[in-house]
Amino acid sequence: MLKLEKLTKVYNTGDKALSGVDLEVGKGQVIALIGPSGAGKSTLIRCVNRLVQPTSGRAILDGVDITALGAGGLRRERRRMGMIFQEYALVERLSVMENVLSGRLGYVGFWRSFLRKFPQSDVDEAYRLLDRVGLLHMADKRADARSGGQRQRVGIARALIQDPTLLLVDEPTASLDPKTSREIMRLIVEMCRERELATIINIHDVNLAKMFVQRVVGLEAGRIVFDGAPDELVPDVLTRIYGEEDWEATIETVDDADEENDEAGK
Amino acid sequence: MPIIEKSGVKAWQVRDRNSQLIRWAMWLLGTMAFVFSWKVISDNTQWAIMGNIGAVTMDIGGRAMPPRWSYMDQLWLPIWDTLNIATLGTLFALIMAVPVAFLAASNTTPSRLFVRPIALLIIVSTRSVNSLIWALLLVSIVGPGVFAGLIAISIRSIGFCAKLLYEAIEEIDETQVEAIRATGASGWQVMVYGIVPQILPAFAGIAVFRWDINIRESTVLGLVGAGGIGLQLQSSLNVLAWPQVSLILLVILLAVVIGEFVSAKVRGAII
Repeated sequence: MLKLEKLTKVYNTGDKALSGVDLEVGKGQVIALIGPSGAGKSTLIRCVNRLVQPTSGRAILDGVDITALGAGGLRRERRRMGMIFQEYALVERLSVMENVLSGRLGYVGFWRSFLRKFPQSDVDEAYRLLDRVGLLHMADKRADARSGGQRQRVGIARALIQDPTLLLVDEPTASLDPKTSREIMRLIVEMCRERELATIINIHDVNLAKMFVQRVVGLEAGRIVFDGAPDELVPDVLTRIYGEEDWEATIETVDDADEENDEAGK
Repeated sequence: MPIIEKSGVKAWQVRDRNSQLIRWAMWLLGTMAFVFSWKVISDNTQWAIMGNIGAVTMDIGGRAMPPRWSYMDQLWLPIWDTLNIATLGTLFALIMAVPVAFLAASNTTPSRLFVRPIALLIIVSTRSVNSLIWALLLVSIVGPGVFAGLIAISIRSIGFCAKLLYEAIEEIDETQVEAIRATGASGWQVMVYGIVPQILPAFAGIAVFRWDINIRESTVLGLVGAGGIGLQLQSSLNVLAWPQVSLILLVILLAVVIGEFVSAKVRGAII
């Protein structure tokens, strides 16, 4: 499915964001990418769809080397890679519907998209997805008038209408309250299961990651320092990823949370 | 250092002693220059004439009143020309300013090294010359008339509109653009979906603002023969027809007020 080989990114400033990352994500597999701020999580997923140009190494999606593609080929491959952003990154002045349909831009010619004449099948799919994320009644509202959770749902619909095989998710819950965070994570993970998408979720919140995924990858200073199941995230491992801290205190609350007694809204 | 240790107490002030002294010296220099200039102007003023100012103003004012209302018959066409010069001039300017702005904005320009400097040069050169001077040049190139005024207003407005627009383009939220790019959209689609919606309010604001300015500028273009109501103003002034002058000034005032009203309404509706 997705395979990263020695992926390296050195920024112009000389900062080495990624150094030789090897990672494999299988079909239908959801992985959480955790690590401290500045570890290179965002850079890693942006190197996959080349919003950031990797310095060396390869990213291979279903046998296609994305790092070697020209502009046209890259656009075609990007259609198969949905992306969900931290601050939603919706086009604020467009309607919810236009934002969702913008996920089809890679499939539709310029004039059709300019005149908003999307094929009926796309519009049907947009309605289906809006219904699925619970925003059907808001299709005609402007995106900037929505709450954080609603906007992220629009972001999810926009990524999924691309009909992707790979989903790149960058800190989906960083600007959301705890309850909405869980709802959004649950929705993303459910959708990935339904469609068997390979998914990389960047996430700050270790507890949230442990609640929803089966595989966690720890990134520290541009290197993978952990790759395993959530329950292997013992304090020693967390120290290796984040540095010294009293992890027991935090982990206690995770156990409570796992019991699904809806205390999230507290 | 703004923090000064004095017998164990940390005193704090906004500036240290040197910058305080420099500021004080600057203020002193500024005041001296102002007083000196005042004296030069005063020495060069012909106070004998100045004493008559009130009387002369009253005299001209008296002759200008009442306005010669019948002259209005000859003003309808020129004021219509003036409004057309302003409106069409703004329209042409916008058509030309949009591509220039996209070429000048550092986040959309195809080449920072070659294209951007050219675009910036267009902006600076069209902006730095007053429309009256553009009109003077154009009257001698295309001959007197509305067309010269139209082109003069257009050229003068390109730089203004393009500058404000490219600043708006540079201030857009890049993550929205990134999100559209990540869907596999082409360059033009990224522009139409990611950039244009973000700059549309700024664009509309700039358009009506410039139209408003152009109404005022086009009223004087006639002074150099470039069409519009300025021509009547000049000929009336030449023959000392003060009642006509006062009527023309009233008409110009009315046109400007209507222009301001419309642009305020439009701006209010957008923002």
